[in-house]
Amino acid sequence: MLAPENRIFTNLDGSKGWDIQSAQLRHDWKKTEYFIRKGRDWIIQEVLESSLRGRGGAGFPTGKKWSFVPKRKQGDPPHYLIINADESEPGTCKDRDILRYEPHKLIEGALLSGFAVGAEVGYIYIRGEFYKESLILENAINEAYQHGLLGKNAAGSGFHFDLHVHRGAGAYICGEETALIESLEGKKGLPRLKPPFPALIGLYGCPTVVNNVETISVIPTILRRGAKWFARLGTPKSSGTKIFCISGHVNHPCNVEEEMGIPLKTLIEKHAGGVRGGWDNLLAIIPGGASVPLIPASTCGTITMDYESLQEAQTALGTAGVIVMDQSTDIVRAIARLSKFYMHESCGQCTPCREGTGWLWRMLVRLSQGNGSVEEIDQIYDVTKEIEGHTICALGDAAAWPVQGLLRHFRYKLEDLITDQVKVENA
Amino acid sequence: MPKIRVDGHDVEVPAGYTVLQATEKAGVEVPHFCYHQRLSIAGNCRMCLVELEGVPKPIASCAMPVAEGMSVHTTSDMAKKARKGVLEFMLINHPLDCPICDQGGECDLQDLTLAYGPDSSRFQDNKRAVTNKEMGPLIKTTMTRCIHCTRCVRFAEEVGGVSEMGAVNRGENMEITAAIQGMMSSEMSGNMIDLCPVGALTSKPYAFQARAWDLKKTESIDVLDAVGSNIRVDSYNGQVKRILPRLNEKINEEWISDKTRFSYDGLQYQRIDQPYIRKDGALQPASWEEAFDAIKTRFSSMKSQNIAAYVGDFVDAETILVLRTIMDHLQSPHRDCRVYGECFTKEMDRSHYLFNTKITKIESSDLCLLIGAHPRYEAPLINARIRKRFLQGHYPIYRLGEKPGSKSELTYPVQDLGADLTILDDLMAGKHPLNKAIKSAKKPIMILGSLAYTHLEGENILQTAAQLAEKFGFIHNSWNGFNVLQRGASRVAALDLGFLPQENGVGISEISEAVAQDKIHTLFLAGVDTLPTDTMKKAYTIYMGHHGDKGAQWADVVLPGAAYTEKEGTFINTEGRAQKTRKAVQPPGQAQADHEILLKLARVLNMDTLYKNPNDVSKGLLKALPYLSYQAPNVPWVSLHKRGGLQGKIPAWKDDFYRDNIISRHSKIMAACSEAFLMNQEEKNV
Repeated sequence: MLAPENRIFTNLDGSKGWDIQSAQLRHDWKKTEYFIRKGRDWIIQEVLESSLRGRGGAGFPTGKKWSFVPKRKQGDPPHYLIINADESEPGTCKDRDILRYEPHKLIEGALLSGFAVGAEVGYIYIRGEFYKESLILENAINEAYQHGLLGKNAAGSGFHFDLHVHRGAGAYICGEETALIESLEGKKGLPRLKPPFPALIGLYGCPTVVNNVETISVIPTILRRGAKWFARLGTPKSSGTKIFCISGHVNHPCNVEEEMGIPLKTLIEKHAGGVRGGWDNLLAIIPGGASVPLIPASTCGTITMDYESLQEAQTALGTAGVIVMDQSTDIVRAIARLSKFYMHESCGQCTPCREGTGWLWRMLVRLSQGNGSVEEIDQIYDVTKEIEGHTICALGDAAAWPVQGLLRHFRYKLEDLITDQVKVENA
Repeated sequence: MPKIRVDGHDVEVPAGYTVLQATEKAGVEVPHFCYHQRLSIAGNCRMCLVELEGVPKPIASCAMPVAEGMSVHTTSDMAKKARKGVLEFMLINHPLDCPICDQGGECDLQDLTLAYGPDSSRFQDNKRAVTNKEMGPLIKTTMTRCIHCTRCVRFAEEVGGVSEMGAVNRGENMEITAAIQGMMSSEMSGNMIDLCPVGALTSKPYAFQARAWDLKKTESIDVLDAVGSNIRVDSYNGQVKRILPRLNEKINEEWISDKTRFSYDGLQYQRIDQPYIRKDGALQPASWEEAFDAIKTRFSSMKSQNIAAYVGDFVDAETILVLRTIMDHLQSPHRDCRVYGECFTKEMDRSHYLFNTKITKIESSDLCLLIGAHPRYEAPLINARIRKRFLQGHYPIYRLGEKPGSKSELTYPVQDLGADLTILDDLMAGKHPLNKAIKSAKKPIMILGSLAYTHLEGENILQTAAQLAEKFGFIHNSWNGFNVLQRGASRVAALDLGFLPQENGVGISEISEAVAQDKIHTLFLAGVDTLPTDTMKKAYTIYMGHHGDKGAQWADVVLPGAAYTEKEGTFINTEGRAQKTRKAVQPPGQAQADHEILLKLARVLNMDTLYKNPNDVSKGLLKALPYLSYQAPNVPWVSLHKRGGLQGKIPAWKDDFYRDNIISRHSKIMAACSEAFLMNQEEKNV
């Protein structure tokens, strides 16, 4: 359990104001100038030592990502910082609360991160549906400009930094960093081939760092309280705190900041009021947003929420969107619905994802009605394996994993559906 | 150079190569759809996935640059499984309508399915159907077959220079479409048919005409412009069914223009298939003997010095040579090949009418000055090279001449200097702002187009431009940046053979006057259709050619010749490269190859020609043009007299690209193109 004094997002519930005065009461914008004066290398070193991993889903070490950006010399092309606020993962709503309740943490983090990677311009690519959030964010940015915290001589540090908000048009794929860059450039949001990675060739062909809202927002606090403080929290490989979004069949769905490595059961019972109808009524949990495989109730009781143990359970922490499903759930239809989501959101650029996601959905829908044969269950698994790892971006993997999780743990449900249907037909 | 291992074999490749190129070099085939060596890398078909040691996932070999010590497996289980999966995905929504698909037999998807694909389908649901798109008279679409490789999109954008193709919608609803339904405004659009790896884009005129494996394939060259694109003529039952490009890095890479590709149906209409003689005011069918006798009678009844012979655009070098010999025997100085009123004279050296830089070297030039040139329509493939060079960056292009309409504009940005010819004098005097840019350029080129050399002041323009080139660094040790862009395929050979008015000779531009004054009584026209009707009516006209156009209409004797697909003939392209057409089909009816007709005529006229048979003609050609070479050697530069004091303007390009020669004028496909293009133009201007 996270001690209250170790919480980073003290206004996650929105009980206090988002404006700059309220934010400053929560220690935002404190000593910002001092951190910038300490220099780029110091900031990157602190972030490296904190072992902060990207909060967008993949969990790539942030300090390492920053260190890939080449040192900028006189006459070099500009560097860019992009903050990915295109939060569209089903079951995830952490960035939204940061955007509307703690925007100044994000803006301060943007300034510090921008300085660290040598970017004088930052873009916040915000999901189109977050209309009110974008207004709050823009107001907060205006406040920061008025207080001299952005723009020329930002926060009195002598560093020039501009921050722009760009609203997306509601495509899930634009949350993929290279598709986001394409979209920001005004093109169709199609992921780019990697290599080259954005750290070398990104926005307008210039070195670019793309980070999640939560990642950027925790940077100021890490610098203020020290990398050691952050690294001590959580487990060695999954350090610090994380916002968990608990939704589904729980008594009090909520967003909560907790220490990494907290047991899943504790998380749900302490913060979300427990599973609807008691822990025994639990069927399965998707622990990291719609893209990761589910885990059955038997595993849920013992598992801890960190990168390593979830990987061991053949799932992932992802965005930490915890989706709880109790016994009343038709798990096959639930996963089929996720398949439909991925079919709808596939960009259509590369073959396996374009053709495979629709095929998966159709087969799952058919099987969820009991139409099909037992051999087809293996075929579905085979198709997910043909999509996984063969696509340009990770959407193919994201479409394959939930289905693989279903087949891994609930194959018997599919078989039952088929045999029931056969019985009905024979009767 | 990095060394990498491909399936256990070491191979050394240049840095910057992709894994796919490296495997090709190692002789290992990696199947692919979207990758094309002349287009940007898309990496979207995922067919070229291979296993890279030390990487958990298969990689797209077309997009992965090689690095020292890489080890690639193209036949490992991982690679095979990935490939098979991708092919299965391609096929689930692809209609298996190969029996009624024109791509059948030359379809990448068909071939790769046979080699790498699954043997049966596991797909039980309904296949996707996609509405067809209207893409004008050339391209037939069956979009249900599309595999979304985006080759066509990239071609239109990069080579064609028009952003008219793209993909709409996303996921499985993604559709490749033309932005504007109708005609593509690219004169190179036909190449998208070749690029399409499946039967989504096929040739509309060729639809259901023949199966690929039934066609007789003849490797030949194109004569519809002076570039000499390498083509393959596919024929069936003695008819040309389609024309495809053939790879030649030095000339056309692997593209051809729409005119080259689709004018072939013009070879079937309005053909002259037997000799005619005018009797009682009308052309009457005749036999070869009668026709030759009529000519003999005419020639012997008058002074042979009063006979003029002119050659047109599609006449091969052999014919010109034999005609020259006949004219020598007749001692007539009246010969000409400049049907558009070009300014080339006998005094000019070879270097003054050739594209000296050579087409490939355009890519290494660093400045381009267009003088009365509109390469997009004069020579689309040279235009494509200029665009290719432009895409590499840092390539300023300037134009002297009126700006054409927005739709006919060149496919790269040009800086307009104006149309006034005085600018040329200013440049000569070093007073023009452009002088600075030219001075700093190391390998500048200038291209003199037909609008300049057919100008009334043409000779002066050419001489001034040549002086300019000499004085301002267009020509130095190993670089010759002075280029003339010829339009007629036969022109360079005719000029090389000196087929120009000799002493006191009458050229094409003065012929009307000469005929009116009774100085010339007889005209021998080899494919010349540009003379005024009155002139042809007044003089006794012998027309040899393949199409019954204006020339044949007013002739007194018509001799049926063969078109370029029906004869072997040498053509020298605008850069001085000699190439031969090959006989793909028989000429229609009694028509014969032009130089064979002339040899027979010479025999009838009792001329002791040097040439007994076509073989002799070939030898004679080599003797007449000792530099005749398939390599297009560099021509030493010869200085020209200085001229200047230019006045007037260079007009804008006005000709209809699709119908500017006798073959494409008789092509229904070209007529449809012209109409669609013009309609499209009007639509866009609104």
